[in-house]
Formats: sequence, structure tokens, C-alpha cells
Amino acid sequence: MNKTKLKGGFFNRVSDTNLLMTITIVIFLMMYIGAIVFQGSGFKKPQMFFNILNANAALIITAVGMSIVMITGGIDISVGGVVALVSMCCAVYLDKANGNIFVSILIAIGIGLAFGIVQGFLVAYVDIQPFIVSLAGMFFARGMTTIVNTAPFNVQNKSFVKLKSTRITVPKMGSYNKKGLYIPAYVEIGVLVALAIVVILFLVLRYTKLGRAFYAVGGNKQSALMLGVNVKRTKFLSHVICGLMAGIGGYVYFLHVGSGAASHASGMEMNAIASSIIGGTMLSGGVGNIAGTLFGVLSLSTIQNIVSSAGLDQAWWTGITIAAMLCIFLLIQSIVIRQRKRALKR
Amino acid sequence: MNMSLLKKITRNQMFIPVMALLLLAVVNLVVDPGFFKVTLGTNNAGNPVLSGYLITILDYGSELAILALGMTLVTAASGGQDISVGATIAIAGSAMLRILCGSNSHPDALQAPIIVAFLVACLVGMLCGAFNGALVSVFKIQPMIATLILFTAGRSIAAWINNNELPIVPDPKFAYFGSFIPGIPIPTTVFIVLICVIIMALVLKFTNLGLYTQAVGINEKSSRLNGINPTFIKFLAFVILGLCVAVAALIKVSRLSTINYSVIAKDIEMDAILAVALGGNSLSGGKFNIWASVLGAYVIQFLTTTLYKFNVQSDALAAYKAVVVILLVFFSAPKVRESLSGLGKKIAVMKARKGESK
Repeated sequence: MNKTKLKGGFFNRVSDTNLLMTITIVIFLMMYIGAIVFQGSGFKKPQMFFNILNANAALIITAVGMSIVMITGGIDISVGGVVALVSMCCAVYLDKANGNIFVSILIAIGIGLAFGIVQGFLVAYVDIQPFIVSLAGMFFARGMTTIVNTAPFNVQNKSFVKLKSTRITVPKMGSYNKKGLYIPAYVEIGVLVALAIVVILFLVLRYTKLGRAFYAVGGNKQSALMLGVNVKRTKFLSHVICGLMAGIGGYVYFLHVGSGAASHASGMEMNAIASSIIGGTMLSGGVGNIAGTLFGVLSLSTIQNIVSSAGLDQAWWTGITIAAMLCIFLLIQSIVIRQRKRALKR
Repeated sequence: MNMSLLKKITRNQMFIPVMALLLLAVVNLVVDPGFFKVTLGTNNAGNPVLSGYLITILDYGSELAILALGMTLVTAASGGQDISVGATIAIAGSAMLRILCGSNSHPDALQAPIIVAFLVACLVGMLCGAFNGALVSVFKIQPMIATLILFTAGRSIAAWINNNELPIVPDPKFAYFGSFIPGIPIPTTVFIVLICVIIMALVLKFTNLGLYTQAVGINEKSSRLNGINPTFIKFLAFVILGLCVAVAALIKVSRLSTINYSVIAKDIEMDAILAVALGGNSLSGGKFNIWASVLGAYVIQFLTTTLYKFNVQSDALAAYKAVVVILLVFFSAPKVRESLSGLGKKIAVMKARKGESK
């Protein structure tokens, strides 16, 4: 392609991935600033932002894994089920068997990896459509969760409760309550894990051979093969990473809610997919960014918070606003990509 | 000669669903010889009804079979799936109840004829389909993602239509669609499926819809060069699915005479997609066999009924289903089939060699 033709405004110079991510970040900032200006009180406190992080750490982790699978051109709809299964298994282990925390973390990672490996094998080496494989994975995980334990229950294990209630204070971000008492701002452990994972995977995608291979396979399988990329192994590894993230995300979710229930994380897979899309990942593969996904999750939950604090707390408004937002993002993506294609043709 | 006939049979698209049905039937026969017994009894209202596992399968598999019709077309044309059918069933059903019951959620009499309500539901279903279709065909958004919008919003919209109340239809006639018409011992749903299948068969026979759909699914660009409008064909597939959704909603709502927004037709989209896959259709579009999908739908219902018979909890059902699905898909994957047939050939060659050496 002739590079001189591409010179021009910012619009034409950045890659699809970065353009879509930039749009997301701009819209997120506009939304948040709008919320601070128009809704005031709640959003002014930094703790509001940290609460969003606390509640969505697990979603961030699973969505990041989902983005990687989507970048390679696949999909994994089993993550919600895996999160439920992980929290139920860990809950049963910690509560009924009075186990220790370290082993429970291993259980979580083990379950996630097992799902990732089996699904990855079926998708990459047996050539079954990822949608069907992970659909079966979702059914299996949800079914197993009820087989492990039917009734929802809270975990009483002392060391776990201690870990769950550990709060990391963020310096200088606290606020004063009505009585003038200083309340420090805090985040939960899960948030740190989530941010660490975002940073690590961001670097992996950007600077390692494997990371570039994900984009290559998602962009065009044939040419990736010609370039000497091991397409099957790359696909396999993308699913393994996604499974691992679902496992870790499951534990973080468990750490946040502190209970096991079959209905946990229902619909989480769709939220993860939605956040990835809002963050600029395309299901057709080859386009996407982990940092974008982070902002996707933040946008999704910010709008939820805006809706609920605006007093529209009838249950249906949340669903409708999220869908409307998704719709707007998709249309923007579609139009932007089309415009660029036209610009490139000229 | 004999070998090629066998090959022809195993290569046929109907092979997998038919084999799955046979397998399930044999398992059930071995465990319980009376599985296929159909008895004529009377229901609470004193009307003659047929009962038995077979009737249950035919009855409860009908929504899925109807959805499979539309889903196959959507899959073939767009190379993607509609995951919003469960939510749109809720919308169409809610609209139907709104027309039937009016603003009062517990009326003493119907506020409108059933046919009007059904037509409105059809319109609503087609509108939802048109929305999805427009996003997919005009804006070129991947189907699964485009339909994610209605998937998230659908149940909320359904609740909003009826102001989050749960209307109850007073007329017992409305319940006929999901159960039995007095005097006819066969479930009404079976007739509804038959009507849908016949209409679909006629459409496929006398129009070019099937051919065009395949052409668009296989190669959009070359179909455009051949004078087909891919945008319109994709759009049409989604609208047809919307119509199927309205019919399924009629059955679903009629079974209860009311609606539960968060539960009605939950996860049915997954089963419908599964039906298409079990029918041996490629989920990435192109060639399709609509009857194999319908058969696939009944295989799923057969499996569900069988599992219930073995006293599997309804929540745990999914785990068993997953195992069966994976096995089915694994053995129908072209790669596995090839290596299996390669194994068969090797054995045959080895046998032949042994014969020579003797």
C-alpha cells in the first residue's frame, strides 16, 4: 500500500484498533464528566470510581481473556459458567472442607485451565466451531455447579473472610462524610489483580511474538500460515489464556461476593463480550486492544451507575440503556470502518 | 458398490441427527421397554388426550422446531446466529398479552380477538427481526453481536410493555394453542409445527429463497455479481426468523396463559443454534438442510425428556446435555470422520494383505 496516500489527519493515520479504542475512551470520559456535572454528589467522590472497579474486577479479568479469543477470531461463551463453577467449588472447599486459601486459589486456576485446554483443543485441533464448543462448555459448567451444590450459601471460613475484607486504601483520595469524619478511599485485592493482568496482557499482546501471532491469525489465517505462524497452536493458546482468565476472574468474583450460588455471574459472558466490543475489539478478529476492553468495562458499569442514581431504578431501564449504548457503539464502529475503507480505496 | 452406498448414507447430512435419534430410542427401549407406549386418557376437563413420552417430545419440541426453521435460514444467509430469539419471544409474548388483556392485567373477558393479538405479535416479531436484519445486512455488524443488543434489552422491553405486571388471560380458549383442542387427542402444537413446516416447504419449493440464501451464504460477492441482492436476502432471513419467533411466542404464552419476563424461553436461543448444528449445517453459512435442523430440534427435546426420565434435576440437565453435544459434534467433525474412515481403510487394507499372504 502506498503510504503517502495514508498521510493526512489523525483519522487516517491511526490503526483501526487504536481508533476504536480512542473513541471508547473519549466517550467514557465524556460520560463520566457529564455524570459529575449533572448528577453531582455521588460521582464527585473518587470512591464512586473505586466502587465501580471493586464491583467489576472479575468482569475486567474475564473480558480481557475474551478479547484475546476474539482477536484471534474465536469466541468463548463459557466464561460466565466457569466463574460460577469456580466460586461454587471454592466455596464448598473452603466452607464444608475447611480448606486453606492457597489450595482454593489453585482449584480456581485449575478449573479455568482445564476448561481452556479442553475447549482450545476442540477448537484448534479438531476444528469444531468455537461457538458450539464453548456453548457446551457453558452448559457443562452451569450444570456442574448445581451438581456440586444446589443451595446458595455464604462462606464462613475465617481466613477467607479476613482476605475478603482486606481493603487497600488509596492515599489522598478519601472524602469527608457529613459529620466531617475522614473516610479513606479503598480498593479490594481483586482490583489490583485485575490491573496487573491488564498490564501484563497488554504488554504480551504488544511486544511478544505470541501477541503479534494472535492478531495475525485473527486478521487472516492464510497469510498468518504463510508467515510461519503456528495457527493451531496460537488458537489453542488463546483459548487456554481465556480459560485461565475465567478461572482467576472466578476467584476474584468469589472474593468479592463471598458466596457460592448456581446463579452467580449469569449473563457475565455477554457482558464480557459487550465490553470487548465497546472497547473496540471486533468479533471478526484481528482488531482489538486490552486497554480498550478495560475502558469498555468501565463505560458499561458507569452507565449502569448513572441509570440507577438517576432514579430510573425500575429494573428494565438498565437493560435498555446498556443495549442502546451497545447499539450506538456498534453503529459508530460500523460507520467508521466503512469510511476508512472508502478512504483507503481512493 | 456396497461400500459407496454406505458412504453415501454416512455422508448424508441427515445421518447424524437420524443416528442420534436412533441411539436415543435404543437406549430408552433397553432401559424401559414401555418408553414408546402411547395411551389415550382424559385430561382434567374430560377431553380425550394422548399421553406418553413420545407425545411429550413432539409437544414440547415444537417451539424449538419452529425456531430451527428460521434459525437455519439466518445461519445459512449470514454465517452467524441470532442470539436474541429468547428475548424476542418475551417481547412478542408480552405484546400479545397486552392486546389480549388491555391495560387491566386481570380482565374478566378478552379485550381483543386472539387472531388480532397474534397478528400484532407477528408484526412485533418481524419488527425485531427487521431491526436485527438491518444491523446485520446494512451496517455489516456480525450477527451475534448485532443480536446481542436485543438479547440485553429484550426482556426489559417485554416487562416495560406490560408495565412489569403479569397479565393473566381469562379465556380458556387461548390455552388451546399450547395444549389440546377439546375432542382432538393430539397436541395442538404438533399441528402448528406441521403448518409451519408445510408453509416453509412450499416457499422453498416455489421460490428461489433457498437457492439465493445458499448463494449469499457461500459467497456474498459472487452472488451480488450474479444479480442477487445479498443485503435483502439477509434482511429477509431475519424477518422470517422474527415470524417464527412470534409463532413460538404464541405457543409459549399459551402454555401458561401468562408470562414471566425473566424466565420465558430462557436459553432457547442456545438450543435453537444447537439444533442447527446438530442438523449438520455449517454455522459459518452456506449450504443448509432445513429439515435436518428440525430433526435436530427434536433430538434435543428427546434428550431432555430422556434425562428427565432418569430423574436428572432440571438445573443439572445442562451438564449432561453438554457431554452429549460434545460427543455428537466431535464425531461429526469432518476431521474426526476423515481420520476414522482412514482407520477403517487401513484395517481393510490389512485384512486384504492377510488374505493375500494366505
